[in-house]
Amino acid sequence: MAVSMMNFKFIPFLTVTALISLIMGCNEGNILSLSERSIIYCSEGSPETFNPQLSTSGTTSDASAKQLYNSLIVYKGSKNTLAPSLASSWHVTRDGKKITFYLRQDVNFHQTGYFTPTRKLNADDVLFSFNRILDKDHAFHHISGGQYSFFQSVKFSELVEKIEKINDFTIRFILKRNDSSFLANLATDYAVILSEEYGQQLTIEDKQHEIDILPIGTGPFKLQDYRVGSLIRFYRHDEYWQEKAKIEQLVYDISPSKSNRLTKLLAKECDVSSYPIAHSTIAERSDLKLESITSLNVGYFGFNTKKAPFDNKLVRQAISLAINKKALIDTIYQGQAARAKSILPETSWAYDRNTPELGYNPVRAKSLLEVAGYAQGFTMDIWAMPVQRAYNPSAVTMAKLIQADLKKIGVKVKIVTYEWSTFLRRLSMGEHQSFLLGWTADHPDPDNFFTPMLSCTSREKGSNRTFWCNKEYDELLKKALKTTNMSKRKSYYAQAMTIINEEMPLLAIAHSKRFQARGTDVKGDILENFGGISFYDVYKNNEVSSTNEITAPNKKEKVVD
Amino acid sequence: MLTFTLRRLGLFLFTMMVLTLLSFSLSFLFPGDTVINHSGQINATATDLAKLNEAYQMDKNIFRQYTAYLQHIITGDFGQSMSSQSPISNAIIELLPATIELSLVALLIAMLVGIPLGFISAINHNKTSDNAILSFAMIGYSIPVFWLGLLAILLFSIGLGWLPSSGKISLLFEIEFVTGIQFIDILLSDSPYKWQAFNNASAHIILPACVIALAPATIFIRLSRAAMIEVLATSYIRAARAKGLSFQQIIFRHAIRNALIQIIRHVGLQFANLVTLAMVTEVIFSWPGIGRWLIESISQRDYTAIQSGLLALSCFIFIVHILTDFIYAALNPLARGNSHGS
Repeated sequence: MAVSMMNFKFIPFLTVTALISLIMGCNEGNILSLSERSIIYCSEGSPETFNPQLSTSGTTSDASAKQLYNSLIVYKGSKNTLAPSLASSWHVTRDGKKITFYLRQDVNFHQTGYFTPTRKLNADDVLFSFNRILDKDHAFHHISGGQYSFFQSVKFSELVEKIEKINDFTIRFILKRNDSSFLANLATDYAVILSEEYGQQLTIEDKQHEIDILPIGTGPFKLQDYRVGSLIRFYRHDEYWQEKAKIEQLVYDISPSKSNRLTKLLAKECDVSSYPIAHSTIAERSDLKLESITSLNVGYFGFNTKKAPFDNKLVRQAISLAINKKALIDTIYQGQAARAKSILPETSWAYDRNTPELGYNPVRAKSLLEVAGYAQGFTMDIWAMPVQRAYNPSAVTMAKLIQADLKKIGVKVKIVTYEWSTFLRRLSMGEHQSFLLGWTADHPDPDNFFTPMLSCTSREKGSNRTFWCNKEYDELLKKALKTTNMSKRKSYYAQAMTIINEEMPLLAIAHSKRFQARGTDVKGDILENFGGISFYDVYKNNEVSSTNEITAPNKKEKVVD
Repeated sequence: MLTFTLRRLGLFLFTMMVLTLLSFSLSFLFPGDTVINHSGQINATATDLAKLNEAYQMDKNIFRQYTAYLQHIITGDFGQSMSSQSPISNAIIELLPATIELSLVALLIAMLVGIPLGFISAINHNKTSDNAILSFAMIGYSIPVFWLGLLAILLFSIGLGWLPSSGKISLLFEIEFVTGIQFIDILLSDSPYKWQAFNNASAHIILPACVIALAPATIFIRLSRAAMIEVLATSYIRAARAKGLSFQQIIFRHAIRNALIQIIRHVGLQFANLVTLAMVTEVIFSWPGIGRWLIESISQRDYTAIQSGLLALSCFIFIVHILTDFIYAALNPLARGNSHGS
């Protein structure tokens, strides 16, 4: 009897003591090290593929481009100039039609559970990667759907005549015409280099579709595990051709719910969180840091230059002068956007700081209207897009604010909105007088803003809904595309921006920002200038967290952006 | 004991039949084609559909259809999930252990906290400590679990930063799936970070388990209090007191054991309650268990997953129920002779 009573009393007690001793007692030397050597990133969604060639979705390129792959060339530095990557150097012929890349000879592909490379990167891999996009008869062209959205949007196959392998480490692109945005396209996250050897292995095993699901690249990390809707696990690529990444493991904790991401960030379950909410809460905490980067997009207020009264440039200027941009940015973007001076964001290398900006001046606006013969004012409509976009989170509210602004100069505004597809269709037919819309660039080349938004050719086929056509402006764009001299291009684009600001086919309002939050112990740049992310330079520094309290007062200033 | 076992086995089989009958009839009650509800193959081609009709004997009478359905269940074919198109049995094997683990830990906590408190309360019958414990039990029982869960996250995860708020282990650790019970899998794994993983998993389970445990713990308080009061009033306790045994001897040697027997009977019942609480808590704490999966299936109108998931879950609860009956019978010889099922 006594023995069994002992059991009753002590079994739970023993279990608890055992548990506690396990939890407390087993501090081995490497305890902190795994989390110190790893980063958990709370991402916003599951990527549909691991091949950025196939998709322009941000989630996909965030999870693949800079982590798993390299491209031939990259953008580097604050000026975003082209720099070598897998190609150690390149040469462009004087007519700009032949571009030769000299490849690095020491680049290793990932070795994973599903593939062991036997050779280093060579010209065959480059040929394989680009022919997959260009050649409709290529064995891998139609794998995973055969849609290469980015390359189709820049009309890559119409530009490239052919790709020649000169020798094992030299490759030449022959273009049909000179196009200086070609190099920019090759430096995007989409122009990655795949392994030709891996492609061959999959062909033999008859598992071609795996090339985009179980990726092999040359990037700083390699894929270890992917569970849709749950996590992506990357290991460091130890044979990386540059200095290897500082962290050993990179985990994407897929958390589509915004509040969930915030909770995990606050509870230190993720080190870095994408698209955080509650910016002020994060900014208040001394152990967290909020970062932002201006994305390559622009939200604007456009005028239909074919319709009266906006066929008169004075009216366009007057309306632009009457709009209080600062109030719009504070209200609609809650201050989370950069004020746009022109259509090109400041992060672009071609941005010219001296670009003039039409300020807010209702008095001058009124006098301009008088000059134009509208002293009594007039009635106009504003078409506000019905959907939320980063470049314009609430177009209807913005239209209402503009309505109030314009009332002050005697212009009455009617706000019009349709269901999204109807809206776009009627807009393309030119039924509108003015409209609120935006543009997101596919790649950092400035041409991606100028040509599609405002050139004469894009009036019919493109997205120029102002129907504005200016020969001088178009001439400048053409000149800028023909030269590879960066400073010359920059000056052409600066002139183009001056024309826009003079003619005012549209009023650029804001460039929205991409936000990210992280613990202060996470060091190194993550956000790339063009909105992508890279964990190559990231590392954790726990020593700094002890000095946090000392530096905490300064932090507040840094957090405010 | 043999008749007792047979009786329980009979009860088990009968209940299982009723349960399968229920889940079978759900396929007819849910919108859509019955055979598609059975199998979950929403993208079935005409030939697939013909095969399925054949397999589930849809052209025969309802009894044959039911036996065909039973055959599928017994061979472990629960059909496939309508939303993910992967076999439901895989999901159950993967997720049920996580729920079991969470529920068991919660049950352990509830018992470890509730029963001693109940005893203390009974021993100090009608004193301040008794009233305090009873009021605590009342408050604890009245707090809705989802609210408590959110509050716990707000306080312990976000405010104090002591405990993690979601998942069952940090994603950094790769633990190979063997049994599905995380702690066992960690101990079986040969990861160099075994103990880190163990600590991490323990930290992850504390909050959800405590949240689930609160309501059952209050019930255990009241049960054990009542049982103890009853035992303390019995004649053998009075006899023991008359013999001059010290108070401690009476409580530890006689009263506790006899009171515990009464409580064990209720553990099975409480477990069903606890699993229901666990389902809600799993959603709040993103615990990858079957409860969260079921609730997701409901919101996605994944009928096949709902019916098979319910079947698996209720089957599990019933097994626990029978197990506690056995434990009760083993501890209390009087119960074995009961001619009616308790």
